[in-house]
Parts: sequence; C-alpha cells; structure tokens
Amino acid sequence: MKTYVGIDLGSTTTKAVLLDENCDVLGRGITNSRSNYDTACRVASDEARIDARFTLFRRELSAIHDLEDKVDEILDALERAFRLEQFLEQLADLEETCLSQIAGARFAGLEAGVKKAVAEVFRRLRDEAAALFAPGAQRKSDFFRDIAGSRYHTLAEAVAQDAGLAYELLLNVYDKSIIAVENRPPAGGMADKFRRALDRVLAEHPDYSAAGSDPHEPIERALAVELEEVYLVGTGYGRVTLPFSKEHIRSEILCHGLGAHMMYPKTRTVLDIGGQDTKGIQVDGAGIVENFQMNDRCAAGCGRYLGYIADEMNMGLHELGPMAMKSDRPARINSTCTVFAGAELRDRLALGEQREDILAGLHRAIILRAMSIISRSGGVTDEFTFTGGVAKNEAAVRELKKLLKENYGEVTINIDPDSIYTGALGAAEFARRAGAEALQGEAA
Amino acid sequence: MSTQPLAAKPAKAPAKEAVKDASMLKQKEMMAAHYDRLSASPETGEKVVCTFVPGNLNELIMCFDLANNLPEVNAIQSGLRRQSGAYVMEAEKAGHSEDVCTYVKSDVGMIAKGNIGPNGKKLPDPDLLLLSYTGCFTFMKWFELLRERYSCETIMLHTPYVADGKITQNMVDYMVRQLKEEVIPTLERVSGVKFDIDRLREYLKQSAKAEDDLVKVLQSAMNKPSPIDGYFGGIYYIGPIFGAFRGTQDAIDYYRFLLEEVEERVAKGLGPVTPDGDMGEEKYRLVVEGPPNYTSFRQFWKMFYDEGAVVVASSYSKVGGVYDFGFRHDPERPLETLAEYCLGVYTNRSLPMRVDMLASYIEDYEADGLLINSIKSCNSFSAGQLLIMREVEKRTGKPAAFVETDLVDPRYFSAANVKNRLESYFQMVDQKRAGVRSAA
Repeated sequence: MKTYVGIDLGSTTTKAVLLDENCDVLGRGITNSRSNYDTACRVASDEARIDARFTLFRRELSAIHDLEDKVDEILDALERAFRLEQFLEQLADLEETCLSQIAGARFAGLEAGVKKAVAEVFRRLRDEAAALFAPGAQRKSDFFRDIAGSRYHTLAEAVAQDAGLAYELLLNVYDKSIIAVENRPPAGGMADKFRRALDRVLAEHPDYSAAGSDPHEPIERALAVELEEVYLVGTGYGRVTLPFSKEHIRSEILCHGLGAHMMYPKTRTVLDIGGQDTKGIQVDGAGIVENFQMNDRCAAGCGRYLGYIADEMNMGLHELGPMAMKSDRPARINSTCTVFAGAELRDRLALGEQREDILAGLHRAIILRAMSIISRSGGVTDEFTFTGGVAKNEAAVRELKKLLKENYGEVTINIDPDSIYTGALGAAEFARRAGAEALQGEAA
Repeated sequence: MSTQPLAAKPAKAPAKEAVKDASMLKQKEMMAAHYDRLSASPETGEKVVCTFVPGNLNELIMCFDLANNLPEVNAIQSGLRRQSGAYVMEAEKAGHSEDVCTYVKSDVGMIAKGNIGPNGKKLPDPDLLLLSYTGCFTFMKWFELLRERYSCETIMLHTPYVADGKITQNMVDYMVRQLKEEVIPTLERVSGVKFDIDRLREYLKQSAKAEDDLVKVLQSAMNKPSPIDGYFGGIYYIGPIFGAFRGTQDAIDYYRFLLEEVEERVAKGLGPVTPDGDMGEEKYRLVVEGPPNYTSFRQFWKMFYDEGAVVVASSYSKVGGVYDFGFRHDPERPLETLAEYCLGVYTNRSLPMRVDMLASYIEDYEADGLLINSIKSCNSFSAGQLLIMREVEKRTGKPAAFVETDLVDPRYFSAANVKNRLESYFQMVDQKRAGVRSAA
C-alpha cells in the first residue's frame, strides 16, 4: 500500500500523519519533541504506522460478520494490550540501562544493594503496569518518559527507604538512563508486539474467538500489508534541523492552511495556537493561503504560556482548562508575557483571588492576543477553524467563542478533536501531491 | 536575548568578504572622502549643517559652502558596523525609552560616546540644524535634542502634508515664502556667504542629470531577470544622491558609471550582484515597503537571494526623493522646485498615495507580490502599513506578507522568525501560481 507521510515538528510535540492514495488518514502519531527532532520524527512516524495498523485491523475486522458489533471493543482492548507490551519493552530496556549505570566511585561498596533496589523498583513498575493500561485508567500523559518517570520517582522513594539507601542514588541511575532509552528505537519487531497483544486480549476474552471467527486471521492479513512510504514532507520549527532536502519541506503556514481546509473544506480563517507561535491564516476555497500573521517579536501568549502556568501551579497542562471552566468571574489580566505570568499568578493568589478565576483570566488573555493576530491577518470569515494544542483546552475555546461572537457575530467554529494534527495532515497532503507528481513524471 | 543565537552564529566565523561591484567601490571612496571632509572641518574652518535625508536641500546648502552631515546616515553606518547596539543602550541609559526611534538613539548614544564617525575620527559639532520637516515628527524631536546639546541655530522648514494626494500652488507658495524669509536669510547669516540664485540653478541642473540616470538604474529592474536588487542593492544606489552629493559633478559621474554597469548586466542577461556574488535563478519578483534592517543587513538579504527572490522596486529607495513619476529638480524654478521636491518625498505622502505607488510598482515591474518590512521603532513608516497591505492586495490580486524587524536595534531582529515568514511567503507565492495554472 502506498503511503504519504506528513510530519509537523513542533516545539513541544512532533506529530505525524499517514495518508493513503485516496487522501484518507491511515494513522496519526505524536510524541514529545525532546529537543531531539531526529528521534521525535522517527517515533512520531512509527506511532503513525502503528495507528495505521489499527486502521487496517478495523477494515479487516469490520468485514467479518460475526465480529461486527465487537470491533470497537476488540480494537480498544488490542490497543491497550499493545501499549502495555510497548511499555513493558521499554521498561525492560530502561531497567537494563539503569543497572549498567551502577558503577563508579559514587556507588563504591553499595553496588549490590543498589542493584537489588533498582530491580525491586522495576519489579513493582511491572506489577502495576497492567493497571496503567486497564480499561478507563487515567494517565497524565501517554509518553513513556512521563509515565515511567513519575512512577519510578514514587516507587524508588519507598524502596530506597526500605533498603536504607539514599534516594538520590536511585534517581541518579534513572536520570542517566532515561534519555538514552527514550532516544533508542524499540528493539522488538512491531508485528510480534501486535501478536503478543492479541494473545493477551484473547486470553482475557476467549469469547472474541469463540464465535467461530478467529481474529488471528484478519489481524495477520492486516499485518501482512506493506506500508510503502512514497513521499515525506516535513514542516514546523524543527524542519530545518532534519536532513530533509528542500523539496521535502513546507512552511507550517501552508500546511496548517491546507490541513484545516481538508478537515473543514469551508474554512476561510484558521487560528492555530501552538507551543511557541500563534498564527492567523486566511485561506481560499482550495485551501491556498491568502494571507497570514504570526506573533511578532515575542512568543507571549502562546501555548508555552499555559505550560509555564501549569508548572507554576504544579498541575498537569490538561488540568488547567477544566479548572478555569469552574470560574464565572475571570480575573482581568492583560499581560501575556510568559515570564511575568508567574509573578502575576502569585500576586493574585496572595491577594486572595480564586485559582479558577485567575486561570480563566489567563486563558482570556491569550485569546485576546490571538484575536489581535487574527484581525491583523484580515479578520474572521466564515467558517473559522481553530487548531493546535491549545484548541484542546476547553477554557480557551470558551473565551474564543465569546470574543468571536462579540467581534464578528455568528460564525461557524470548527474544532476537530484531532486538530493538533492539522499541520501534519497538510504536510501529508503536500506529500501525496508531490508523490503523485513524481509518479506522473516517471510515467511520462 | 532570544533573538541572538541564530543571528550571532555567522558573526563568529570570520565573515566572508562581500562581493562588491565597481560602482560600490566608487561609492565607498566618495563616502570616505565626505566623512574625511566632515572630520577635518575644525581645521579647514568649513561650517557644518546637520539635516535629514527626506527633504534635504543639498543644492541650497552647497550655495553657502556648508558641509552636510546627515544624522540618520550616521546611524545607518553604525548599524552596518554593528556599533548601534551599544549606542542604543547608551541612549537608553540616558533616559530614552525602548520605543524611541533607534536612529535617534543610535545618534544620541554615538554622540555620548565621543561622536566618532565611520572613518574613526570625531564628527564635528554642527553650526546649524536645518530641519526640512517632511512628515516624520520624530525628526523634529531629534533636532530639539541636538539643539539642546549644541545650542546652535536651528531652521524649521515646514512642508505641508499632502493629505489629498495633490500638491497645490498654495503649498508651494507657503514653502517658497519660508525659504525666502527664514531659510535663506539664516543660511546667509550662519555661513557668511551671500545667496546666489544662479549658483543654485547650476546645482539644480546637475541634480536633474544624476536623477535621470538614477531613475534609469532603478527602472532597469523591469527587465527579466532584473539586473539589480531595488531594495538591498537599492540602498547602495541611493546613497550618493540621497546624501551629500545631489547637485555635484561627483553624483553625475557616479550615476553615469552605475548606469553603464547596470546596462552591461542587462545586455548579458545577468541578475543582481549579491554579497555572495551573482544571484542564481530569479524565482520571485517582489515589491518591498518599509526601511530595511541594518544590523543584520547581509543576513536579511541572504534570506531573499538564497531563495531566488529579487526586490524589483521598493518605497524605501524613494525616501530621499521620488523621481520615477517624472519629478526632476528644475533650474528654471529654483525655489519652487525645492518646495515641490520636499512635498513629494515618500514620508510626506498620504496612505492612498503610498498605496497607488506600491500597486503601480507591482503592475509595472510585473512583481509577484508585496512584502512589508515593518519597523518596530518607526511610527512614520509603520502606521497604516496593514491597511496598505490589504489595499494593495485587493487592487493587484497579488499576495502580500508582513515581517517585522527594526532599523538599527539588533535586539529586534529575530532571524529564525523572519526566515520562517519569508519562506512561508515564497511558498505562498508558489502555491498561488500553481493555483492559477491549474485554474487556467
């Protein structure tokens, strides 16, 4: 099967989208950019290919009459089992790496004890792993580093205490290992992981294969499909650091414009709030960019602003929106300077203002800034599509809707749950077009 | 701060010597001689007048044997030499806010640090400040600062703003009266030289000759490929005539020489000379509005020529005089022509006039679109630029884009962002072309 890859190398996350020849999305993948775009690029496209397998599984399973009403359930279980397999594989790598780090003057005389303790931490990590991927389990993040890291820190503290060891020793081996592990391609084959995951699912749900239609067969058929990468296009801030040649690079403005057009063909105005920039883009009926504005000399009021606030408040990024939603009296905050935001926050907390009101005010502030960028790009023309990481934040969306109505009246506002992939989707479509052109050229 | 890492990179490696054509070398000599003349004035006894580029009355100044010192050209020199950053900070230390025009701050800082010119010698204190006010309010404030410092005579020639797009007889009369009653008598008094109108006519005749050739040089960009860059290269081309050389034989010689050089390039079908040598294939033809950034001038230019973008026309190459719509200094009407020159200066034109001019450039030079370099600290240029952009877009149907930098404050040149926007713009032009092709 011919596939076309678009990769959006953002400052916070790297996204990949895999398209097929019919312009249908086969798979999407996302990872943290981790200041290493090579790895981020590889991991995101691997993730997109994994996701593509699930699309193929769905196609195969849906064709089997007896499984029809169970497809969602099976795929959900299979995905969780697969993520667990993946997690266990990386955990094993992390353990091995950690153990190899226990050497040198720092550990003199303590090696055996530390090794035992590290092994114990990993035993506990493995024990609780299944629960992390159980149905309905809430994870603060889907990235290995975040899940493994936070649990390692918690478990290591208890283990160190029991063993009478300094907690720092256990942290030290982790810190020395995590980056290497994160940047290493997974050792095991993809297909085998899917198979192990399927076995895990069937062991838990013998009923899936009891109906006389063994899912092994369709899954194997889907696994046998070769995903041939015909063309790749990269976009986003990290694009210049990759060994992509010029024809494989597109500006993120064009990619976001085209991506938004593909999601909502009636889109005329696009707002994208990413980690370090805010873009207002006007597109025509074919998704061609007519005009754009970006934040100018500073990145105030971009996604990173919320990240910084989350850190200041010791909250997860995705917890900010829900808390701000509780407010019905947003504080009036004008500054969108990320560095000042912390001071503003502490000052207002000290004055006794409610956390939710302050947060709502901060959300309003970034949207106000975005509104200024939109108006400078030419205002809002129906329909309006909001993309980027911040589009996932319900409090930001609430403020945006309010301000759009106040300034532009009734406008259709599109927010796709997968809007974070807009740039990558546009890039993938550029890849598809370039690939088609190249094929035509060959044929001629 | 955040703007530095990328900008600083090329500076670390020993910079490759920029490729210059013969006219550039000739101009360099002229400028060096002029700066030497200025710094030697305390010994030679020549009197010095400070004045600004837009609306400068060089022919009149020469009638009184005064040497002409242009503060904003000094600021540009400091910017190109990477000294303006320190000067700007010095001025801020003296109380000038972050938002003040950085030409002003560079000049104020340079004066505070000993007023050393580009030739490494001290620039003279002025004997006279001649402000020909052509739309930039900051110039007036700038001279108030200099007057405070030097306690010298100051002339303010007021040019009425051409709000309705037309120069009226009333406006000309008003200016001629100022010239007769204020400007010329003060020049006589300060210089001790009696005004001779025939001498002025002679200079004006020389101005017109050089102006003819300048226009031919700038309009050579209508060729495909364009033999010149009308913005980055244009900065060099306008140097002598916008500075202290308009009305001199030197200027006539320079523009004749330059024109021959450019005509040779046209005959050979060559594109512009860039600091890295001949430009490759011409892929994009742009019209640019707004002054350039001087602290990262070469890096900024490179972002264009690396992508095959050539600027075929710019408004900035008209700040010292708009000649391409027919105006020439006219020796037959010496005072009136000076008035009309001031009235027609780009900064004295209304927004609709600027829109007309840019839209006509896009048509006449067959450009792909308009790019605006909006200057953070220049209200005079920047106010209304978004409106200009939209209007030109609407009229020409060609895409426009907006980048933001500063004149000579290195802190406001964020290379990665500027490059990102330019690349997006070039790709947008590509996409538009492809769209038009497929629609056709």
